[in-house]
Amino acid sequence: MIRIASAFFTFASSLALLATQSVLADDADSLTLSDTCPPGFQWVAGNACELRSLYQQYPSIQSQGVGGLKTGLPSYRDGFSPQEIDLGRYLFFDPVLSVNGQQSCATCHDPDKGFADGRGLAVGATGEVGTRSAPSLWNVAFLEKFFWDGRASSLEEQMTGPLYALNEMANTPDNLLRTLNGIPAYQRLFRLAYPEREDDITLDKVYRALAAFQTSLISLNSRYDQYAHGYASALTPNEIEGMNVFRSFVARCAECHTPPLFTNQQIAVIGTPEPVGMARDIGAQGPTGDATQRGGFKVPSLRNINLTAPYMHSGKYDSLWDASEFYTLGRGHALAEGEPIYLHWHIWEPQLTDTEIDRLVDFMGTLTDTLFTPRIPEQLPSGLTPISADEFTRRLNQR
Amino acid sequence: MKRLLRWFVYPLVFIAIGIGITQGYLYLFPPKPAMVVQTAGDNLARNVGGAGSLAVPTLAQGTIVEVRDGDSIQQAVLQAQPGDTVMVYPGTYSETVYIDKDDIVLLGVVQEGRWPTLDGKKELNDAILYSGSDITIDSFKITNYKGNGIMGQAGNNFVIRNNLIIDTGVYGIFPQFGTNGLIEHNILTGIEDAAIYVGMCDNVDVRHNEVFGNVAGIEIENTRHALVENNYVYDNAGGILAFITPGLPIKTTYDVIIRDNFVVNNNHVNFAAKGSIVANVPQGTGILVLAADDVIIENNIISGNDSVGIGITDLSLITDVSKDPGSEPNPDRVVILDNIMENNGNNPHGILKDLISVAFQEKGPDIMDTGKGTGKCIADQNRYRTLFVLGADYGLCDRQQYATDGIFTMTLPEMAPTEIIQDVSAEDFEQELGMRTYYGVCTGCHTYSVRMIGPSVKSIQALYFDDPQGIAEYINSPVKKREEFPEMPPQNYLTEETRMAVAKYMLQVSK
Repeated sequence: MIRIASAFFTFASSLALLATQSVLADDADSLTLSDTCPPGFQWVAGNACELRSLYQQYPSIQSQGVGGLKTGLPSYRDGFSPQEIDLGRYLFFDPVLSVNGQQSCATCHDPDKGFADGRGLAVGATGEVGTRSAPSLWNVAFLEKFFWDGRASSLEEQMTGPLYALNEMANTPDNLLRTLNGIPAYQRLFRLAYPEREDDITLDKVYRALAAFQTSLISLNSRYDQYAHGYASALTPNEIEGMNVFRSFVARCAECHTPPLFTNQQIAVIGTPEPVGMARDIGAQGPTGDATQRGGFKVPSLRNINLTAPYMHSGKYDSLWDASEFYTLGRGHALAEGEPIYLHWHIWEPQLTDTEIDRLVDFMGTLTDTLFTPRIPEQLPSGLTPISADEFTRRLNQR
Repeated sequence: MKRLLRWFVYPLVFIAIGIGITQGYLYLFPPKPAMVVQTAGDNLARNVGGAGSLAVPTLAQGTIVEVRDGDSIQQAVLQAQPGDTVMVYPGTYSETVYIDKDDIVLLGVVQEGRWPTLDGKKELNDAILYSGSDITIDSFKITNYKGNGIMGQAGNNFVIRNNLIIDTGVYGIFPQFGTNGLIEHNILTGIEDAAIYVGMCDNVDVRHNEVFGNVAGIEIENTRHALVENNYVYDNAGGILAFITPGLPIKTTYDVIIRDNFVVNNNHVNFAAKGSIVANVPQGTGILVLAADDVIIENNIISGNDSVGIGITDLSLITDVSKDPGSEPNPDRVVILDNIMENNGNNPHGILKDLISVAFQEKGPDIMDTGKGTGKCIADQNRYRTLFVLGADYGLCDRQQYATDGIFTMTLPEMAPTEIIQDVSAEDFEQELGMRTYYGVCTGCHTYSVRMIGPSVKSIQALYFDDPQGIAEYINSPVKKREEFPEMPPQNYLTEETRMAVAKYMLQVSK
């Protein structure tokens, strides 16, 4: 029944989509692509945008981008053209990429919600609830693994997941190409971004433009960063106390959430509980087939973590306080009796006090920086309007 | 013959030992001048090895900030500028000291056996946390912390010496993500993991330390170019460990020399926390090489270790940790040169006991290998009792090829850089700094030709065209100038040097 309803909904909204497109298509003709790089990037010869950051003045051991305050960044993706990045921005915010025009990338990765969606479990274009939480996209330029279970090794590979998963945007490659090639404004903009390639819009161009935009989402200007670069007054005494708990070997947060990105990019099995009624998510065991990685997930960055509640891979915790408290409630406390799991050795019993958890939360709040938030397009090449996470929820509730 | 021994050789030996003790005593405890007041300048290294950038201690170039009983060390550290020495007099200091700046010497003054003592009272987490480079921590007694005695996060060129570290929780001395370091003349006991734990570092010497009564004495983990030398390692559950631990962002351990150490009677009960990696180390282990490559073990006295003298194993020994496809699990090219090995294996424990009984033996061997890895060798295999299972294959080491006597140190001949750009001119450095700041910070609100949050760079250039100083001053404490724009937030967190660099850069931007 639900399936039928959702199919009907898809059909109905596709009609609506076509109607909207024809009405608004004229406006889209005036759209063009930026020829300047987004903030944080310098335009260099060859029409490329290169990342610039104060962190580039620091070394890091084996160039892995893990360490302490004055530690350099890990390897990253940059060098896209301003036009590619801007085209990616239009695509990212355009609900036309989903099967029914109800959801764009930005619906679940909403700039107003730290590029996440504010939900515990993501909800797809047709209203189907997913099994994991939408991760923030801030600083994905620095990541080498994608998805909670780390199964993709590039953004291009990663995005084929949500674009085509039935419980996400539910599109198909054929339909996506047909749709985009049917929109004159996109034809024109793709030619602007890829002038040397005058063929139709192809998937690799779509993926590349989206990757170009996503890698422009840089957040390295928090108050923590000011402290790291040497300004001791950037943090309050409470926040510094929290930082010292964070990096202490009692709490051990920094062992996996390692500066400067606040992730060491490894898979860790920590044994957080799932929401009530959900079976244990096997995590990295899925893609690797390795039973020792059962329940293993990629360590998420904590940058802008204040903006992306709820927390953990399935959104178990509503607050940073609760998420932090998990680590001090006992090694394996949330596991079923005899459950086969290889808990990470840093999961132990630090016996943090409530005050220490308060301070940890204070410190994590200093990792917020949205200075380089991109502008949400007022107009989209498809003629649709961007659908924020909240707007999506509103529509969902009306169904 | 026996009589000869009893009446002739033994007395000679005793006399020799007596002379040795006297000489050693005089060396360690020379006759005292009337009153010794230690200063930074007197605090010379007792390096016996020679070269290396850290052999000569950092002498205070700046001022000396004194801390006396009742004062706060942290306040002094906050006050100190790079190049300064914080000199701490005897007393009890109950605090966590964090050093988030470069080039600081934290120097304890020991007077008549009275130490400056950091006492965590089992309430505080860590005694000393440093994230700066060129940090020296010298002559402190540290006790009763819950986390670490001394922990470094990414500081290069660290020197940790002459400290007494007693029951400070998980690790005693733990530099992490550091390049070029020296850990020497420390005494550590009562640590529930590794007393000296070098984690994810490069180019570190660990020498002349006394470590006893810990779960692990010295651990070299996911670290390259380490020298573990002249340490006295006894009564730990495991003496010296060279490990690759899976699941860490730095994946390798290689080029480790373990030489001239006493590794004796490491039979302490393993009291590690449940789930920790070292909880897997069998009580009674002298030296354990786990997945590490290119380890040379030479000239050690390895005796009285109840499970095994030297264990060589792949990662399968660690049974309770997720596999990491990025960690190569086998110990390759382990080189065992000449060591004195005696009286090991009397009472094997844990997984070693199981392995030994599988081989129908009761006594543990001097050297044991679980059979994985290639290119390993022993100089004189016939000397030792060995247990090689699963077809472990050892060649005969060429002593010449692996001679380490020309290697005095693994530390770097020059200080490790703390900034990527070291050898450019001052102008180029300023230019780079200005560029990184301009694009990394300013472009969040300003573009070249278009109004964004703040005015365009073009219009700023028109206002300040030959006055970078004016920009540098304005951004330090901006005032609202233009009605149509929001007030600029102060950029006073940038150093004066950075503000000037970015001001100059901003005046050159042309796109």
